[in-house]
This record gives sequence, C-alpha cells and structure tokens, in this order.
Amino acid sequence: MTSLSVTKEEGVALLRQMILVRLFEERCAEVYGQQKIRGFLHLYVGEEAVAVGAIRALDDDDSIVATYREHGHAIVRGVPLGAVMAEMYGRQNGCARGRGGSMHLFDVSRRFFGGYAIVGGGLPIAVGLALADQMNARTRVTACFFGDGATDEGEFHESLNLAALWRLPVLFLCENNQYAMGTALRRHASDPAIVHMAQAHGIPSRHVDGMDVFEVLDATREAAAAIRRGEGPRFLELQTYRFRAHSMYDAEKYRDREEVARWKERDPIAFATRKLDGAYGLATAEVEALRAAAAEEVEASVREADAGTLEPVEDLRRDLYVRDVG
Amino acid sequence: MKNATYREAVRTALRRALLEDPTVFLMGEDVGSYGGAYSCSAGLLDELGPSKVRDTPLSESGFVGAGIGAALGGMKPIVEVMTVNFSLLALDQIVNNAATLRHMSGGQLAVPLVVRMATGGGRQLAAQHSHSLESWYAHVPGIKVLASGTVQDAHDLLLDALEDPDPVIVFEHQFLYPMEGPFDPDAPRTSPWRAAIRRSGRDVTLITYGGSLPKTLAAADELARGDIEAEVIDLRSLRPLDHATFVASVRRTHRAVIVDEGWRTGSLSAEVAARLAEDAFFDLDAPLERVCSVEVPIPYAKHLEDAALPQVPAIVQAAERAVRGRRT
Repeated sequence: MTSLSVTKEEGVALLRQMILVRLFEERCAEVYGQQKIRGFLHLYVGEEAVAVGAIRALDDDDSIVATYREHGHAIVRGVPLGAVMAEMYGRQNGCARGRGGSMHLFDVSRRFFGGYAIVGGGLPIAVGLALADQMNARTRVTACFFGDGATDEGEFHESLNLAALWRLPVLFLCENNQYAMGTALRRHASDPAIVHMAQAHGIPSRHVDGMDVFEVLDATREAAAAIRRGEGPRFLELQTYRFRAHSMYDAEKYRDREEVARWKERDPIAFATRKLDGAYGLATAEVEALRAAAAEEVEASVREADAGTLEPVEDLRRDLYVRDVG
Repeated sequence: MKNATYREAVRTALRRALLEDPTVFLMGEDVGSYGGAYSCSAGLLDELGPSKVRDTPLSESGFVGAGIGAALGGMKPIVEVMTVNFSLLALDQIVNNAATLRHMSGGQLAVPLVVRMATGGGRQLAAQHSHSLESWYAHVPGIKVLASGTVQDAHDLLLDALEDPDPVIVFEHQFLYPMEGPFDPDAPRTSPWRAAIRRSGRDVTLITYGGSLPKTLAAADELARGDIEAEVIDLRSLRPLDHATFVASVRRTHRAVIVDEGWRTGSLSAEVAARLAEDAFFDLDAPLERVCSVEVPIPYAKHLEDAALPQVPAIVQAAERAVRGRRT
C-alpha cells in the first residue's frame, strides 16, 4: 500500500475532475465533427493532471491566467461546463457571450482572467495582476499557465525578470508538453531544461511530473505557500504530453505513434486511479460511477449549448468600451 | 493666465494624479531616478516614492502588459513608453490585449490604463526615434487615442485619459516639450473627445493634431497676411475622431487642408479626407489638400529632416492652392 498526501476523498475529487475534463474534451471533438464548434479547437487530453492538480491547490481568491488550451483550467476553476460549451458554440450563454470561443474563455467572478492566444502574451498580464496585489498588500497568488513554446518568447523573459526584480506573487506554471505546436522542445530550445531559464532570473524552480496529479498538487501548494509568505515568484516546469493533435487541423506528421503510445502508458487518469487504489482501495464500480456522472454533466453542457441563443447582431459593438465616447 | 512649458504641464498633471488617486502609479523606462527621458517626471520619485514612480527594465512588452494586468487588478497605471518607435515592442500587448479584452470577454473586463508616449520628429534623432505612428493606434478599435498640441492640453488630456475607464494612448510630441504657452491647471476642461477650433476663419479649414498644430497656426497667421482667413481644427482625439466638428467647418469654408506628420499613405490624413469625401463632398469647392511627411525614414541631417517633415511654407502653399486653385 503506497501512501498519498491526500485523503481518499480529496484524491477521488481530483480523479473526478480529470475524468470530467477528459470526457468534456472528447465530446468537444465530436461536436466539432458535427460543425457545432468551429475555428480552432485545442484539446487538453493527456494534460489533465496539470490543471487539476495546480488549480485545486490554489485558493478561490487567487487569479488565473491561461492559454488557448484552457478548457480544462476553466472547468477545474468552476466555470460552469454549459457556459464553456456554449462559448464554443458561439452562443450568448457562453462565458464570454460567444465572442471569445475556445481560445478565449473568461469568468471574472471566478478570477479566471482568460485564455490568451498569442503565445507568451498572458505572462505580462499575470505580472501586472500580481503587481496590483502587491501594491495593495493582498496575499493572493496569480497563477500563470503557459507552454514550453512560450519560453522562447521575449515576453517570457521580460515577465520573469520583472516578477523576480519586484518579488511579485506570481506562480509561473510551464506546461511542458514537449512541443511548440509541432516543433519538438529539443528543436526549439537551445537548452531543453526549461527550469534553467527560471534559475537564470533567480526564481526558485523545479521539475514536476505533470502526469502525476498528486505531485502537481503538492508542488503547487508548496510554491503558493512560499509566494504567500512574500518570498517572490516561483516556477514549476510540469512535464506532460498532449495525446491528441495540436488542433483539429493538425495531421501530426512531426511525431511518431510509438512516442504517443509511450506517453499514453503514463495516462494521468489511469495513473491516479492506480495510486488511489493502492493507497485506499478503489473499486472499479466507484470509478465507473465517476465516469458516468461526468458523462452526464458533459451531456448536460451540450444540451445547454444547443439551447443557447445567438447574441443579436445589433449588440456587435456592445462592450467595446466601458464608456462609449464617439 | 501664466505661461508654462508643455513639459511642465505634463509634469503638473502627473503629480496631481499621483497625489490625488491612490490607485494611480507611473511606470516606465527612466521615469524615476533619471526623471523621465524628457524630464516629465523630474523630482516625482523623491517626492512620492518608488511604489508610485517605478523605473522598469527595458522591456516594453513586459511593462505595458504589466500595466494592463495591474489595471485588471484595480489599479490605474500610467505607463510611459519613451517613444512611439519603442512602443512597437509593446504592440502585442496594446493591440492584442488592451484593445480586445473588454469586448472579447463579453464585457467582463475593463482596462483603465493610460499609455503615454512621445512621438514625432524635429530633434535630429533619426529614423528610430522620430516617427509619427499615431495612425497605427487610431486604427484599432478598443483603445482611445489622444494627441496634445497645446500646453494646456498636455495637462488636460492626460487627466482626461486617467478619468476614462478604458485604455487610452496619449501622444506627446517630443518637439513640443520645451514649447511655452498659456497654462492654468485649474481651468475647466472641455471634453477630450471633441476637436477644438483653435482659430476661426471663413476661407479654408486646416485640420491637424499634435506637433503639427503650432506649425499650422503659424501658417494661418501667414495666410491672414495674404488675406486668406483659415480656420484651424485641432483634432485632439484621434480615436474616436470628432468628424462632426471638422465636417461642419468644411461645410462653412468649402475647402480643406489636412496637415499630418504621419506618412501620407494610410495615414490619419487619409481617414480625415475619406470622411470629408463621404460627408462633405457636395460642400467642397476645391480638391482636398494634404501636407504629410515625405515617405522616407526620418533622416538625421537637419536639412533632410526639415525637408521630410510638414513645414509652414508647405502648409501655406497647400492652403493657397485650395483657395486660389491649382495650376495645371
């Protein structure tokens, strides 16, 4: 019997959310096939342990800045599934009234500050949110998700430097899924050890197995606690892998099936299931019940999206500004 | 009313905003210890401290983006970008984030951010410190754009921008910083979104903004000596454009010259001309005239720089052509 840092109840909650994200993403692919979702669709299948472990380690009052592959983050944060699905349907019951779509989910009431689709573009925003907290002596953490591709961007280095220089309460969470779109890490980074870049800016950093939700949870808790103690930014490199294509347009010519198969052996849901079973015993029926409940939640979100209405075209200019002056 | 420099007017507005509003802070390259590249924030670090007046690394995208984030977090940042040329390094944050976030989030986010930047030529700073790219920003919905061409506006438009709940880019023309003019920090402010008629006249309307305003007023004085009474419109707001004011003026004068330090192609002058063609076509008695920068990178050598930028004689000649007809 292996030991875990979480209770069975907490562990099952993590597992439940990973299953929910997985089933949601798979359902997205199906409705994309039915052309109910259009545009770009970037699925998180395989990477679920990162968003689930990290976000569940945060407080509700913490801020989150995410990327264009952010359905999972939004869902774990508590954005209603129906609002996420409806957003992708382009309906006004979506979490951004259908204006953002898959890549731009927002829910300010949950301090989910959005999906950013310019790689690296969310990092300066996170730094600024943290600056506002520091200037107001709030102990909030701003968690900023980005991929390995973002570490090549100037904005990445500018943001790390600024956060370290001003000791800002930012938690940098690098979701290293091994590819910048289709370019492998070893082909886009002169030094594939991403933590070195954080260390160069004097930010304490560590590798985390991003396929192990429990390790992600523990590492995030530890980093967030240090940030709340006023010790400045922290950086986690979460090793993970995307099981599906980059987007629905990707023919996946840049990686071989064996590599994908190897990573699938480390499926974070199967891994967490085994760990929980080893630590506490987890009946197959319990897992099946989780899966069935999640599937029903996902179906409800599809029904909600299908029932949604379109924002009237007359509202096209609405909310361009807070105060329209011309 | 006392006289002050444009620079002093900017500094007065900065100091006042920083003192009065606990959410306002200033950040940018060399705004603190150095006092600002153009001395607009001289002494403010000592007086207000390093939290209110923040020197940043040379990371335009990083600190402009941080300004957006801080605005989302409830602050009212004034971000100084040393020149419009440097702001190109922050275009991603301004165009992809500041301008989009409110609309794209379905109205959930607001970005009450002010970005100040120096623009324009005339100081022999060559092709990477002298350009006028106001039109690039004015092109983008979601932000608002102001340009001050008088000492009073250097103060007033900055405070107006800070009182606005949306992202506002404020252009200060670097040639104007030492310019003196009447200044009353307590004068009632007019709406920044309305163009100003800086001089009334019946014969021709000269439409301009920012650094070209003093030149255009000088040209109007010269035209008056030749019996041409020019009306001078200062746009002030470049987005939104107060087209009602300049269209109404042209309906009175039936002639228009647009003076714009940007390059002619795709410029603000082109937008103003198009709106006149749309809304004042039947009121025009002469073809529209434009005085813009010559389409080259602004050169260092003084005689070449002078030749590249709009100058008083060219404005006078354009107005004379509009009034007296073109020689073919």
